[in-house]
Amino acid sequence: MNATNNSGPMGGNRIVPSAPASAASAVSRISAKDVTVHYGEKQAIFGVSMEVPEKSVTAFIGPSGCGKSTFLRCFNRMNDTIEGCKVGGKITIDGEDIYDPSLDVVELRARVGMVFQKPNPFPKSIYDNIAYGPRIHGLVKNKAETDELVESSLKKAGLWKEVHDRLDAPGTGLSGGQQQRLCIARTIATGPEVILMDEPCSALDPIATSIVEDLIHELKEQYTIIIVTHSMQQAARVSQKTAFFHLGKLIEYGETEQIFVNPKEKQTEAYITGRIG
Amino acid sequence: MTSVLIAVLVLALLGIAYSQGVSRSRLLAGQTRLHSRPQYHGALVALWAVLPLLVLLLVWLLASGMAQDWYIASQLPVEILPGTTEYASAAARLRNIASGFGVAGEAAEWEATAGAALAQFNTVLMLAIVALGAVLGVVGMLYMRSRLTARTRARNHVEAFIKAALIFCSVVAILTTVGIVVSLVTETVRFFTFVSPFEFFFGTVWNPGYSTTSNEASGSYGMLPLLVGTVMISLIAMLVALPVGLMSAIWLTQYANPKLRNAIKPVIEILAGIPTIVYGFFALVTVGPALSGLGDVLGFGINATSALTAGIVMGIMIIPFISSLSDDIIRQVPRTMRDGSLGLGATKAETIRMVIVPAALPGIVGAILLAVSRAIGETMIVVLAAGNAPILRFDPTEPTSTFTVTIVTALTGDADFASPQSLVAFALGLTLFVITLLLNIGALAIVRKYREQYE
Ligand SMILES: Nc1ncnc2c1ncn2[C@@H]1O[C@H](COP(=O)(O)OP(=O)(O)OP(=O)(O)O)[C@@H](O)[C@H]1O
Ligand SMILES: [Mg+2]
Repeated sequence: MNATNNSGPMGGNRIVPSAPASAASAVSRISAKDVTVHYGEKQAIFGVSMEVPEKSVTAFIGPSGCGKSTFLRCFNRMNDTIEGCKVGGKITIDGEDIYDPSLDVVELRARVGMVFQKPNPFPKSIYDNIAYGPRIHGLVKNKAETDELVESSLKKAGLWKEVHDRLDAPGTGLSGGQQQRLCIARTIATGPEVILMDEPCSALDPIATSIVEDLIHELKEQYTIIIVTHSMQQAARVSQKTAFFHLGKLIEYGETEQIFVNPKEKQTEAYITGRIG
Repeated sequence: MTSVLIAVLVLALLGIAYSQGVSRSRLLAGQTRLHSRPQYHGALVALWAVLPLLVLLLVWLLASGMAQDWYIASQLPVEILPGTTEYASAAARLRNIASGFGVAGEAAEWEATAGAALAQFNTVLMLAIVALGAVLGVVGMLYMRSRLTARTRARNHVEAFIKAALIFCSVVAILTTVGIVVSLVTETVRFFTFVSPFEFFFGTVWNPGYSTTSNEASGSYGMLPLLVGTVMISLIAMLVALPVGLMSAIWLTQYANPKLRNAIKPVIEILAGIPTIVYGFFALVTVGPALSGLGDVLGFGINATSALTAGIVMGIMIIPFISSLSDDIIRQVPRTMRDGSLGLGATKAETIRMVIVPAALPGIVGAILLAVSRAIGETMIVVLAAGNAPILRFDPTEPTSTFTVTIVTALTGDADFASPQSLVAFALGLTLFVITLLLNIGALAIVRKYREQYE
């Protein structure tokens, strides 16, 4: 697995940001064209196209069941693991078609990390939770490197102070908010370029939520982040761009400020003022 | 006949009392708010109707033998003295005549009359009891019914009764276990008056002499050959069953598409339903000869009946056991955990090996230990396929023997039941029981340790 990882077309440049970072807002890292998703006979996403800029936070909002999670899962092909789920259209990351048959899914998922709605630490120690990804991708060669990576990832996720003296304790023994930060640290440790977050704060209390939000704020300096959220305030606080979905369609997509202050579509306005959903 | 009568009586009382309670309660409901719903009032009245009857029947069950003995004593001629064997056999003859079972030889005239009288006595007694029970039931029903008020806490009483009944059943189960263990222990102690425990537990030769005098043991009663045989066969069985069972569970849960899985799972479960005796002759007729043929080809001898034959077939028997249990356990690992691993770019196999199996491990270990206790306790396959040769050796290609097989041979011979060669079955049974118990305790401890860590 080390070999597949390092020799592939997307091997290089993991944690370190790529060179033309200054041109951030202009570069679109992820581009989706006419994406459709079917669960068996049932269509969940209807021809969605969007450009997601690099090193910024993009928020997906919309009423429950509108397809936010489904669309998010297209970007790291987690939909492949769902029985009967079919994705159509074209999605590229840095110009590369991620649904190309020759593309290695495992490598894609190392590049496009995901944080789930419910914290899902592995039944392993905190240390092993973080080291899991780097180990399977051969990012670390020895104990010292692993130690270092574990420490830096935990620091980035703002969890180091709380757990540095009990790295051998099971990850499942942490509080909900700590677990979610552990999952974020775990994702960071694998050296992704894009991080997908599906309602990462829905199981957290306000304090833990604000810690995670601060974290997202810092992470966007290095990573391209897409976050699904049910909280309009959260979308307004953390994101630069916002996409509003309704019944599987992308209704409106634009600068967050514009969406919340001056939405173009009636449906968007109705949703953010609390009339649908 | 009697039991049908009693069953009808109980059911009738239940039904009548319940409907009486319910209707009375509905009547009360007209005036005020009820404490409990009418169903509970009905149930309470029904309990009062049936419980006295059941208690009476229980008493009768215990006391009817005594009443019969007393009656027989009054019927037997005075020359037959109580306490003699003559007396006991005469009493037994009377009982047999009365029950219509018949006796050896012609019944003497006095025997026939006394038998008939005894039969009549029994019938009258039984009818009296049933009648008394019915009266008690009706009285209980009327009493409770008349005492019903809107404030009667029928729900609480019924709940309390249900709790008591549950406790009663648990106590029965516990007492049964205790009884079995006590009888095992007492018989084992008796066995140890013939053979020293040291000789039994550490002896390397199993060769009980079939002495006819039942107060002296001849021959050797060392259980080590049996222990080695048992462990060897169980080990071989687990070596076969564990990889196959676990892998098939992993395949079924993680790789097979649902249609295929739904078709295959029942087939594997049918394997678990095959009686072990069938596996036994499968071992004897097919696997044994095949193995010895294979041995010839490979150039070393394998006996047709050997630890290997028994172990392999026993392993096949246990496969569905492990596969089915692990399947359920693996399925319980949350999908989110699997997604977390896949989302980090782990492959399916890595996810299974490093996340799913570790998460399911406590359950799987429990399943394995259960399977081991089954293997150790399995009898039929070993009787047929292991060759029954209680000799201490570690070669799986040779015939061997186990605890269970030796227990069967010890009890099915025609030795006196009090002789050491029969009593040894209890000592072996107790040893087997202790081993299985320790395995189960170990399984529980492991499961608990993981629970604490990861839940
Ligand atoms: N595994 C699945 N199988 C079949 N249908 C699914 C599956 N997952 C989602 N769907 C359907 O697809 C549609 C979109 O679901 P999705 O989970 O993407 O919504 P969502 O916007 O994330 O909702 P929420 O805000 O409640 O999480 C829904 O109608 C849902 O019923
Ligand atoms: Mg969702």
